[in-house]
Amino acid sequence: MAALEVEGLTRRYGERDALSDVWLTLEQGQTLVVFGPNGAGKTTLLRVLATLLRPHEGRVRVLGSELPEQSWAVRGRVGVLAHEPLLYRELTARENLRFHARLHGVSEERVELLLAAVALDARADEPLRTLSRGMVQRAAIARCVLHQPELLLLDEPYANLDPAAVELVAPLIGSAAEVGAASGGRSSGGTAGVSAAEASGADQRARPTRVVCSHDPGGGLAEADVVLGLRAGRPALLRAADQVDPAEIVELYR
Amino acid sequence: MSSVEQAHTGAPAAGEPANAPGTASAARQTGLWRTVGALLRKELLVELRTLESVPGMSLFALSTFVVFHFALNRGSVEGDLAAGVLWVTLLFAAMLGVNRLFVADADQGGFDAFLLAPVDRSAMFIAKALTLLAYLVVLELVAVPAFGLLLLGAPFGPALPGLIVSLALADVGIAAVGTLVAALAVQTRARDLLGPLLALPLLVPIVIGGSRASAPALVQAHQAAPAARWLLTLGLYDLVFGLIAYAVFDFLLED
Repeated sequence: MAALEVEGLTRRYGERDALSDVWLTLEQGQTLVVFGPNGAGKTTLLRVLATLLRPHEGRVRVLGSELPEQSWAVRGRVGVLAHEPLLYRELTARENLRFHARLHGVSEERVELLLAAVALDARADEPLRTLSRGMVQRAAIARCVLHQPELLLLDEPYANLDPAAVELVAPLIGSAAEVGAASGGRSSGGTAGVSAAEASGADQRARPTRVVCSHDPGGGLAEADVVLGLRAGRPALLRAADQVDPAEIVELYR
Repeated sequence: MSSVEQAHTGAPAAGEPANAPGTASAARQTGLWRTVGALLRKELLVELRTLESVPGMSLFALSTFVVFHFALNRGSVEGDLAAGVLWVTLLFAAMLGVNRLFVADADQGGFDAFLLAPVDRSAMFIAKALTLLAYLVVLELVAVPAFGLLLLGAPFGPALPGLIVSLALADVGIAAVGTLVAALAVQTRARDLLGPLLALPLLVPIVIGGSRASAPALVQAHQAAPAARWLLTLGLYDLVFGLIAYAVFDFLLED
């Protein structure tokens, strides 16, 4: 069964089409990387797949459930990393993660594990508003994977992160390309390195399906199984990653 | 397996159900009251950190009583006038709390995070209404004694229990309607204006019922218990608007 089936998806904001006639299929465990300039519809696509926006036309099936009719069946199985961290600035990282753990029925032990995994345990009791943007992004990634989602929807997951932090969080969000680098050593803030096999699962089925928005042709292509290019809400490119020339992605931004 | 490896691979920690990745989250459905508890705890933590609502509401009420004290130019008030001053002040002070009720959720992505969780959406209505109810109780603990001191010539005396019943019934109605209106207004650009514009007409019956019910208790010469029919009116309002707000709230969270 495909993890994502999108047929003729259209979503409007008022009179403007934010997404128009998008078709795609993604198998379980695969990674779809979405490229496109600002305003191309990448975030809207993620929000529709996350059940936060209703499709106006077309058919959307996520993890076997039709949207929006069966949105309830998808909630709790999707991890969303948006531009906003979806965390409360006045609460600490630990309080935020514990709050989300209660909503998702996750144990507090897993909260502690994740705080250590993103190297925030030392500053876990400081209000989020006092942390750097990179630290907040790490907390947001911990929130995103807290409940072991089957589908990860990641909007520029490495924004605000330095290279060491990228190495640290990449295995958490199932990035095979980055895991390769991470397995070679430890990050400066991390408590341990992990191997690619440990982080991504022994086989493809154990890995979450991922939709990643990116502006980085090199890095994005390296982790993609399928590439979608959007321009003004319309698909301009949809192909297996190994058949995409990086120049085609650069062309999307011109 | 080390703790960090567990975090990376999603393997269950000690004490966690040993579900396979993918089925673990699908199997979890957080109970209504557990969710309400989590939301309520978060609300109170945020308020304790920011002190954005309750101190503002209380200071507003105190300032208003001082203004009334001088504006009315009399030693004390009683009866209908006293009840009117008290209830109008409490209502406007409550509006400050209503306006702030969902701001952190709207501005910091709390709505989205909640909508992504496998929880009953009614939990948010219940938790927010309870939060507003708590704010109102604290407000009244400050405002009502100050009202007695600044504007009421005599102490509340034996009529105090009746006044407390009136306040409690009114608070439930304000919390239910205020939560509904706040959720609606916060999704608009003119939320600071729209909240009071929507809430005040809906809360007029509360002011009428509350002031009529409590007026007998605020007569110096012969304090009396609140009129039962006005308490009944307040109770009926709570029931009807509470059920309407509960039923409609889910749709407000939809796209």
